[in-house]
Amino acid sequence: MNGATTLPVIDALPSAPSLAIDCELAATWLQAFLEDELIARRGIRNAVVGLSGGVDSAVTAFLCARALGPEHVFTIRLPYKTSSAESLSDAQLVVDALGCNDRTIEITPSVDGYLQHEPDADARRRGNIMARTRMLVLFDQSVKLGALPIGTGNKTERLMGYFTWHADDAPPLNPLGDLFKTQVWALARFLGVPKSIVDKAPSADLETNQTDEGDLGISYAKADAILALMLFGYDDARIAARGFSSQEIGIVRWRVDGTHWKRHLPTTAMLSSTAINEFYLRPVDY
Amino acid sequence: MKLGIVQFKPRKGDVEANLAALGEVFAQLAAESAPYDLIVLPEAALTGYFLEGGVYELTLSAEALALRLADLWRTKGGAKRPVDLAIGFFENDSGNYYNSAMYLRVGERDHEIVHVHRKMFLPTYGVFDEERFLSRGRRLGAFETRFGRMALLICEDMWHTLMPTIAAIKGARAIIVPSASPGRGLGGDGELESVKFWHELLHAQAIEHGVFIFYAGLAGFEGGKGMTGSSCVVDPRGRTLVSAPALGACVIRAEIDFGEVDLARANLPLLGDLNAVLPDLLLDEDLLSHTTATLPPRSPE
Repeated sequence: MNGATTLPVIDALPSAPSLAIDCELAATWLQAFLEDELIARRGIRNAVVGLSGGVDSAVTAFLCARALGPEHVFTIRLPYKTSSAESLSDAQLVVDALGCNDRTIEITPSVDGYLQHEPDADARRRGNIMARTRMLVLFDQSVKLGALPIGTGNKTERLMGYFTWHADDAPPLNPLGDLFKTQVWALARFLGVPKSIVDKAPSADLETNQTDEGDLGISYAKADAILALMLFGYDDARIAARGFSSQEIGIVRWRVDGTHWKRHLPTTAMLSSTAINEFYLRPVDY
Repeated sequence: MKLGIVQFKPRKGDVEANLAALGEVFAQLAAESAPYDLIVLPEAALTGYFLEGGVYELTLSAEALALRLADLWRTKGGAKRPVDLAIGFFENDSGNYYNSAMYLRVGERDHEIVHVHRKMFLPTYGVFDEERFLSRGRRLGAFETRFGRMALLICEDMWHTLMPTIAAIKGARAIIVPSASPGRGLGGDGELESVKFWHELLHAQAIEHGVFIFYAGLAGFEGGKGMTGSSCVVDPRGRTLVSAPALGACVIRAEIDFGEVDLARANLPLLGDLNAVLPDLLLDEDLLSHTTATLPPRSPE
């Protein structure tokens, strides 16, 4: 070897779980999931999707339309009096794009019917009541329409516990629950969800000017990256080494660790050796 | 040898409905002009895979299953068409429960269980919980068929390269792999990462040992977990002769020339090399000191 020659050095890439997904494959897989679970297993051809105007419910409606045909998709807008006008008009874009059945049912009288007895309820309680009222309507409409309500929750909000228990998480099928929010955005672009829905700041729209990222105290891009590293088994030091502050890691870990209960059925006292889901073990589709 | 692999999509937990559906598949296959020699079905073909405690209600003895399958084949058009069948099932052997696969010869009037393999590597991690409910098989055997020597390996059995290695050393020229693989990983360049991994694994094992691999994947969704079919036939040079999509039921077929095994091994004599070196590897005292495994009592071949 000539002493004057410098050999090229090739560095290893830092290893980290990728959040990039093959959107076409994801769409195909989720379409097959909906077909199998709805039609093949349950013999149900109709789906009810609560349309918020946000990206999660839009993607869910698009997937249902692919699996069942738009004539079998019943989207329902469930505004409360404080809901933004933009939520309703963005939801209309989804309906127009798909040509599905659509209906708007005001939840204000129902929610206020209860809240008139609880004038001191804070924003969190009011939000929970709205979420649970929406689910009440979606389940009832499903019975009426011979449909199944389809969940819209994504993996990020499930992990962060950013949802109302026994409300957003209640529907028996959830196509997006194993996709992080940033992956739902990618899938939305692939499916052709209207741009204004994909590009706007995500919001639960339970209070005026509310945004998810404001509530959570961290951006979805950072939260998803940290969550992916956490689920990969990395400790805080390893996550920090990939460019995240201890404050950011702390926010995510605190939310995940504090909300395990929200990702499970209610805790039941075990008193026998035939306790359901402890000894009596049958998969959900058995 | 005319091979058919049935990528079967069972109805969860309903053996009778699945036997009826399999009967329709048998009728389709028996009606082809050229008769099949071997038909392979996936792991847990007649029940679905994720059964948890329900598995005990759905087990069959090998003898009972063999009788049902032989009768089914003959009544669905195969009466004059002797065939060999390989199928994965949950086995009850006098109250011992296994994830098993059977190789069955079906004649015009009789049938014979040629071999039953009990899955040795029971995945019990992550989404899998097999060893909570089932016992492990204790022996990997190769067996004679009218087409040559073969071995059965079930799903994770195939993920340990030692297993196909031992099968090949014991003379297997084809390895039948009934499998049930829940798909995961969306970063795999057009196919799921778990499917990609399977293909790489089967490709490498076929080349290393100069064996055919008949991979039969279960299809359908089970409680949100999508089984990734992807059945395939890989030849002894690692070429995929035919492969099925991940989703949905189908049949793949191939004409198998076992002479390819000899040609591949002549071209790349890795198995011969291994046989020569293996004694040195196994007699290495340092190897045994690195394993804490207790060797099971030997039973005669």
